Amino acid sequence: MNAPTPRARLAPGRPAAATLGLIDVDIHPRLASWSDLHPWLSAEHRMRLAVYGTRPRHGYVKGPPYHKAQPLACRRDAWPPGGGTPASDPDFLRAQHLDHFGIDIGILNPLSQGQGERNNAFSAALCHATNEWQLAHWVARDPRLRASVTIPYEDPQASAAEIRLRGGDARFAHVLMMSRTAQPAGHPHYWPIYEAAAEVGLPVAFHAFGYSGHTMTNAGWPSYYIEEVSEHATSCQNLLTSLIVEGVFVRFPSLRVVLIECGFAWLPSLGWRLDALWPTLRDEVPHLAELPSETIRRHVWVSTQPIEEPDRPEQLVEIMGWIGWDRILYASDYPHWDFDDPRFAIPAYLGEERRAAIYGGNARALYGW
Amino acid sequence: MAEVAGRRIVIFNLGGEFFALADRCPHQGGPLSAGPVMGEIRSDCPGQYRYHRPGEILRCPWHAWEFDIRTGRSVCDPRRVKTGSYPARLASGAELALQAETFPVRVEESYVVVEI
Amino acid sequence: MPPAIAPIDCDLHPMVPGLEALRPYLEPVWAEAIDQRGLEGFENQSFPPRAARNLAPRFRPTGGGFPDLAALQAFLDETGAECAILNCLYGVQLIFNADMNAGFTRALNDWIRAEWLDRDPRLRAAIILPNEPDHAVAEIERLAPDRRFVQALRLVAGNEVAHGRRLHWPVYEALERHDLPLCLHAGSAWRHPPTSVGWPSWVMEDVAAQAQAFQSALASLLTEGVFVRFPRLRVVLAESGVSWLPPFLWRLSKTWKGVRFEIPWQSELPSETLRRHLWLTAAPFDAPQELLPRVLAQLAMPDRLLWASDWPHWNEGAQLPPDAKFLRDNALAAYPRLAGGTAP
Repeated sequence: MNAPTPRARLAPGRPAAATLGLIDVDIHPRLASWSDLHPWLSAEHRMRLAVYGTRPRHGYVKGPPYHKAQPLACRRDAWPPGGGTPASDPDFLRAQHLDHFGIDIGILNPLSQGQGERNNAFSAALCHATNEWQLAHWVARDPRLRASVTIPYEDPQASAAEIRLRGGDARFAHVLMMSRTAQPAGHPHYWPIYEAAAEVGLPVAFHAFGYSGHTMTNAGWPSYYIEEVSEHATSCQNLLTSLIVEGVFVRFPSLRVVLIECGFAWLPSLGWRLDALWPTLRDEVPHLAELPSETIRRHVWVSTQPIEEPDRPEQLVEIMGWIGWDRILYASDYPHWDFDDPRFAIPAYLGEERRAAIYGGNARALYGW
Repeated sequence: MAEVAGRRIVIFNLGGEFFALADRCPHQGGPLSAGPVMGEIRSDCPGQYRYHRPGEILRCPWHAWEFDIRTGRSVCDPRRVKTGSYPARLASGAELALQAETFPVRVEESYVVVEI
Repeated sequence: MPPAIAPIDCDLHPMVPGLEALRPYLEPVWAEAIDQRGLEGFENQSFPPRAARNLAPRFRPTGGGFPDLAALQAFLDETGAECAILNCLYGVQLIFNADMNAGFTRALNDWIRAEWLDRDPRLRAAIILPNEPDHAVAEIERLAPDRRFVQALRLVAGNEVAHGRRLHWPVYEALERHDLPLCLHAGSAWRHPPTSVGWPSWVMEDVAAQAQAFQSALASLLTEGVFVRFPRLRVVLAESGVSWLPPFLWRLSKTWKGVRFEIPWQSELPSETLRRHLWLTAAPFDAPQELLPRVLAQLAMPDRLLWASDWPHWNEGAQLPPDAKFLRDNALAAYPRLAGGTAP
């Protein structure tokens, strides 16, 4: 990566501790309109989009099944003055986010743009178009931005083809999946995705979101959005359990996984739980050759937002230490309502060296920038 | 919104009573002036909703923490969390001869006086 | 030699040797069903009975089968337990037919009473709750007069409808009225996939997913306002793993600060409410032994951890210091029916 530009260093919101760069691994660009994807869609898919829309694994034609606490789940101050929805206007995103905080590199993670769509061919077309749109609408306009390879993950073969198509293109940072897949993410069904990602050397990021179609908890549907937010953490625990126990990292030893917006304070406990189960169920899972927590330590990165806020800050420091100071990446979640300002979310009491690693050093090592 | 003595202050008029809060959430510094206002929603029992004081609760535009405009105190944790608030009142221009830190709200005879 | 402190063992699992064992306690219509329909038993996939995890090698009878009362009595002599709470995990919750579920559950509770409680004064038990709320209330009313039943048990993933939802409230009302804690024990009735992302391949994943089930159950109980409506209700989490709790409380409390208006009956930090209503058995306690003090500090619930042997299951994990609070006093506080002394 190039050194931070003088402009970035002078940004009003840039934390002084970001001495190894300020890299935001979670920015959510939005389509101003679905028609933005038309240049890359066939006439048939354009018709489908216009008449039937996307069909995720829930019942609403518009909007999410659990109603958000803010319109579009966005910061109230992120609506561009020139009109349109948050993070649909590259100039406003640049001014409000990249310039204001002095961000050196920002990774785009488009959500709900075809991933998890029930029609596999349509999903593949939308994801391909979304990837082209990221390049044309965003990356071409600001070199600080990187794209994600969005994939139709319920069609692993098509996903693998899209990953191989983007492999070697440095404008793409990682492969992006949603946490709520229709089967647990480690299931061999999805292995073509991991095979392709390992082959082209891209990390696979799981962003908390999506709709699996299954009951949102294993004792029934929640009533409230606050429960759904809580469930993001549990579904990520399930997905990581699956990746470990199915032996994905045994089969693809170079695979690196990034958990985005999943929370992270639960990660040590999950590792301990799997470690404790392993001796009692070893005869069931002979393909596992090491303690699950060791696998996690080697293959898994986490992003900070939404950062847990214990009453006693030193307990957050403990948790981060147990995860590994080299495994934690700063994420803003811009423009969503639970956005984290880098100056406050990565608190000063962590110390300069650790903050510098979280702001930029760890992401540079992971992504090779 | 006003900038007074270098501080950004957001001023509310609740039916003729004026209140001034710092334009800064005590949590992560979100600009409170960009947040929506809403009523106070309370409940004594699950399934019952008491909706009152419409327009008197300010939500931070970022993490949606609620603040009572009259006191600056957080609805969730009024004892420990509070945004800066300043006494504010409406005063006539004549009365203000010796007041330096004022912010005119109308091009008339009245001013909102914010004491900081 | 018995220990200086006679412990209270809060989680043991008598195993039903087969449907024939229940026959003497079944109403004729359900006893007939065994024969006419060829019922094969209700062992729950959550606890494969032949796995070492669920029947530890050291507890296996030499002649095969499952450990009996004599085996349990020998075990209690070994630990010196003054009192032991039986949480039977025979999978009656899996039965879809509500009447059949209630019929077999009544028989199971009567089997526990006659074959275990009546035969050793150290034993206490959980009322196994039928699935339908009206059946559950009736079973509580039927058995609550017998104060050897000290709590009522549901599987943490045992419901079709989330634990906090109002259709369950008559059950919580009855439990509160009778001073019976609700015990949520690891396990599923398989009404939904074990995870929100579908069906895992391995038992190890199913067992790991119980920690997520506990988080979902607590989120539901808290957000629906169960503890506002039933302020004296106690909840005991059994076989939960424990160490997932602090991060869960942090996350839930953080989110609440932004979306409080969605559940306005919740007027204090969710972590404060839950810390007041919860007790947890510490078998297993998912943490490395050397980090235990720090995890306990995060948990900040020193009065709420209960000693449990989990007999005859096999768990790995951290062992808590065997002080009087953990071995005994916390249980006396958790279970009002033990507090007046453990004599029947």
